Amino acid sequence: MGEVVLEIPARPEYLVVARQVVAAAASVEPTFRDERIDDLRIAVSEATTNAIEAHTDLATADRIKIRCDLGDDRIEVEVFDEGGGFDPDDVDAAPEATHPDRLEWESGLGIPLMKEFADVTEIRPTRGGTAVRLVVYKTHSTAR
Amino acid sequence: MLFSLDVIERDGATVLVVSGEVDVATAPQLRQEAVRLAGTGGARLVMDLSSVDFLDSTGLGVIVGVLKRVRTHGGELAIAGAENHVRKVFDITRISDVLPMYATVDEACEGLAADSPPTD
Repeated sequence: MGEVVLEIPARPEYLVVARQVVAAAASVEPTFRDERIDDLRIAVSEATTNAIEAHTDLATADRIKIRCDLGDDRIEVEVFDEGGGFDPDDVDAAPEATHPDRLEWESGLGIPLMKEFADVTEIRPTRGGTAVRLVVYKTHSTAR
Repeated sequence: MLFSLDVIERDGATVLVVSGEVDVATAPQLRQEAVRLAGTGGARLVMDLSSVDFLDSTGLGVIVGVLKRVRTHGGELAIAGAENHVRKVFDITRISDVLPMYATVDEACEGLAADSPPTD
C-alpha cells in the first residue's frame, strides 16, 4: 500500500491542492480509470470543503490532514478536521428537485454527493472534530 | 485551467461563459457575476459550462440560487455544455429535472427564445 499524507491550511484556495494530490496519488496506479478518479475528486472536494468550513466557523488556524492509501483495487482517503464535529444525521436533506421549496436550498448536497461518488463513505467523530473516510474502487464492479 | 468568467450577448440572451473549476474558492465570483446578470427583469441567461472541468455541490448551490433569482425576476436560466462529471452532478441531484440543460449555447438560446414571449 502506498500512503501519501497531506496537510493544508483551512482556506478555500487550498481545496484544489487537495484534489490534485489525491488524483495524482490514484494515478500512480495506471489501471485506475479516469472516470473513477473524477468520482474521487468530487468526493474528496466535498469532504474537504466541509472541513474548511468547519475550521472557518471556529476561526481555528489548525490545518486539515488528508491521508491517501493506494491499494491494489482501491484508493482510501481520510480527511481529518479539528472543526468541533457534527452529527451527519442532523443535516437536513434537501427536498426533491421538483418540490416548490427546492430552490430555497443552496447547500446540503455535499454529503449526498460524497455518498454517491465514493463506494464507501464513513463519517465519524474524533476528539476535536470529524474524520471522513472515503473508499473508491478501481471499477464500480469491484465494489458493487 | 484557471477559473474565469466572460459575458457575451447571443440571440437576445446573455451568455455567462464559465471556465475552470467551480468550488468553494471560485463559486463566490460566479455568484457575484451571475446575480448581477440575473438582476435585470426578464433576463434570459445561459450559463455555458463547456469549459468547466470540475463542479461540486458548492458550485451547484450557487447555480440553484441564481436560478431562483432569475425566475423571481421573471426571467429564465439555462445550462449549456455540461458534460461528463459536471453533468452527472446535475443529474444525481436531479437539479436537471427543473433546470433546462442543453448541449450547446446555440440550442440553449433557441430554447429560451422559444419559451419567451416576443419582445416586440
